Amino acid sequence: MTHKIQTTADRGNEAAIEAWSLRLYVAGMTPAAHRAFESIKKICEEHLAGRYSIEVVDLLKNPQLAEGDQIIAVPTLVRQLPPPVRKIIGDLSATEKVLVGLDLKPRK
Amino acid sequence: MNEMHEPHDDRAVMVAKAPTGIAGLDEITHGGLPAGRPTLVCGGPGCGKTILAMEFLVRGALEFDEPGLFVSFEESIEDLHHNFRSFGFDLKALIEQKKLYVSHVKLSRAEIVEAGEFTLDGLFVRLEQAIHQVGAKRVALDTMETLFSCLSSSENLRSEIARLFQWLKDKGVTVVITGERGASELTRHGFEEYVSDCVLLLDHRITEQVSKRRMRVVKYRGSAHGMDEYPFLIGDTGFAALPISSVHLDHGVGTDRVGTGVPDLDAMMGGKGFFRGSTVLISGGAGAGKSTLAAAFAAATCEKGEKCLHLAFEESAGQLIRNMRSVGIELQPWIDQGLLSIQARRPTLFGIEEHLMAIFREVRRMRPKAVVIDPITNFLSIGAPWEVKSLLTRVLDQLRGMGATVLLTSLTPGDGTIENSEAGVSSMTDTWIALNQKMNGNLRQCYLYVLKSRGMEHSREVRELKMSASGLSLRPVSAAGSEDNQRREPSGSSEGIR
Repeated sequence: MTHKIQTTADRGNEAAIEAWSLRLYVAGMTPAAHRAFESIKKICEEHLAGRYSIEVVDLLKNPQLAEGDQIIAVPTLVRQLPPPVRKIIGDLSATEKVLVGLDLKPRK
Repeated sequence: MNEMHEPHDDRAVMVAKAPTGIAGLDEITHGGLPAGRPTLVCGGPGCGKTILAMEFLVRGALEFDEPGLFVSFEESIEDLHHNFRSFGFDLKALIEQKKLYVSHVKLSRAEIVEAGEFTLDGLFVRLEQAIHQVGAKRVALDTMETLFSCLSSSENLRSEIARLFQWLKDKGVTVVITGERGASELTRHGFEEYVSDCVLLLDHRITEQVSKRRMRVVKYRGSAHGMDEYPFLIGDTGFAALPISSVHLDHGVGTDRVGTGVPDLDAMMGGKGFFRGSTVLISGGAGAGKSTLAAAFAAATCEKGEKCLHLAFEESAGQLIRNMRSVGIELQPWIDQGLLSIQARRPTLFGIEEHLMAIFREVRRMRPKAVVIDPITNFLSIGAPWEVKSLLTRVLDQLRGMGATVLLTSLTPGDGTIENSEAGVSSMTDTWIALNQKMNGNLRQCYLYVLKSRGMEHSREVRELKMSASGLSLRPVSAAGSEDNQRREPSGSSEGIR
C-alpha cells in the first residue's frame, strides 16, 4: 500500500512555489500510524496547503523499502523535498517538534 | 560471575553452544557462545569488539555452515570489507555466496527529530528481511550504542530494545551485540540489562608503551567457563584468545629420550639425554655457553632428521651460525635442508602477545620436534616477570601439547643468583642445567651441573665445560679445582659418571 494524497492540483500557481514531498513509513496501519498520518495531514493543510504530497509506505508490505531511506523506527516521516532530508520519528503527536523538525518553524 | 558456581544446576547441561571457531575462545567458554541467545561483547574503543563479532559470523559461515547477518551501525560495508581483508576474510565473496549478509544501518543525528511515540519495527523489518535472505543462524549487532546517540535514551527506546532482544531469541538466532564500555557499568547504555546470558569483556591497555589485550568472561548463565583474564591477540588471521592452559596437563608423558648434542652431557643424564617432549632450562651468566649448548641440541635434533625451531632473541641468524661454527657446530646445512629454522627477533620489536602469536604461528607452520628459545630472560625487557611467566606458560603448554622438546636458556645476572634468573619458569621445567663461571687465577672456567632432572637418574657432579673447535666436552673437576689439576686431566675424557 503506497497511496498518495495529491493536493497540489488546481490551486493558484504562484511563482516559485516550493513543492514538498513527504513520505510516511509505517509498519502496518497501527493506531500510532493513524495518529501520525492524521497529524501530518493537518500540519500540511495548515502550512503547506496546495504544495505537498504525502506518500505512505507500509514496510510490512514493502520491507525492501526500509533500507533505502535507512528506516529503523516507525512511524518515520521523511522530508524528501525540499532538501536537506529530514527524518521525524514517532507518532507526530508533538506538533511543535514536527514543525521545527520540518523547518516550518525556526529552531530555538 | 556467580553463575558458574551452580554445577548441579540442570541448566548447566542444557545450554547448547554455538562454537566460535576462534582460537582459544571456545576453550575459555567451554564450547562457544550460548546458541540461540544473545551474547554481549563489551569494551572500550579499539578493543576488538567488531572483529570478534565479525569473526564469529565468518567462521560460523565457513566452518559450521551457519550463515550470518552483520548489522553495522557504524562502518560501511566497503570499510568492513577493506578492514577484514587484512585478516584474510573475503566478505564480498561470502556475501555473494549468500553465507553472509551485511546491512549498514546509517543513522545521522543531524537529520533525525523525535516527535512522539515510536517502535523499532523498521529495524525489525530489515532484520527479518536480511535473516531470510541468507537463512542467518548468527546475527551480530555492531553497535547499538548508535541508537542512543541518535535517539533520546527514553523509556520508549529501552522497551523497544528489550523487545528486539526477545524477538531475536524467538527467532532462535545466536546473537553477538557489541557495546561500548561504560565508566561505572559494563556498557554505557546498560545493555547488560537486556543480555543476561553471556557477557564477554575485552580490554586493551598500554603498559609501559606495550599494547596488551585481555578478555574475560564476566558471566555465562548455565555454563562453566574460564574465570581468568586471558590475553588475546588480533593478528593477521583475526582474533586469537590464549587460554592459560589450553592443553591442560594431560599431554602424553613419554620415556623416549633425545640426545643433548653433547655426548658428555648425555652421559650425565643416564647416557641418553633429555626426555622427548620435556622442557629443559639452561641458566648461566653471560658467556657461560648457554647458546652453544642450545645450538648443539638444535643440531643434534636435525641430525636425526627432525625439525627444530630456534628462536634467537639475542643474535641474528648469521651471527649464530658463524659463532657456532667456531665450536664445531654446523647449522647452515640443516637450514638448507629445511630442518632448522632460526627466527631471530628483537624482544622489544613487539609486545608480548605479538611474540606469542608469532611463535605459535611458526610452530603451527613448521610443526617442529624441538624448539629452542634463547634466551627467555630477554622478554623481561618487554614485560613484568609475571607476564613473561604467563607468556612462557602458554608457549610451553602449546609445545608440550604437540610433543615438542623445548630448550630454554636463561641469563643469570651478574650476582649469580640463579633463583632470579629463570623468569619464574623453573617449576615448569623438567630438567634444569646450571652453568657457573669462576675465575681460577687468570683463567675463567665454566662449570656445569644438572640442578634437577625429573624422572631420570642423573649425575650430581659438577663438571667443567670446555669448548673447542672440535666441539663441547665436560670434564671432571678435581676437588681442588685448580687450573693445574684441570690441565692434567686426560683430554677428551668422557668416562662414565658413576
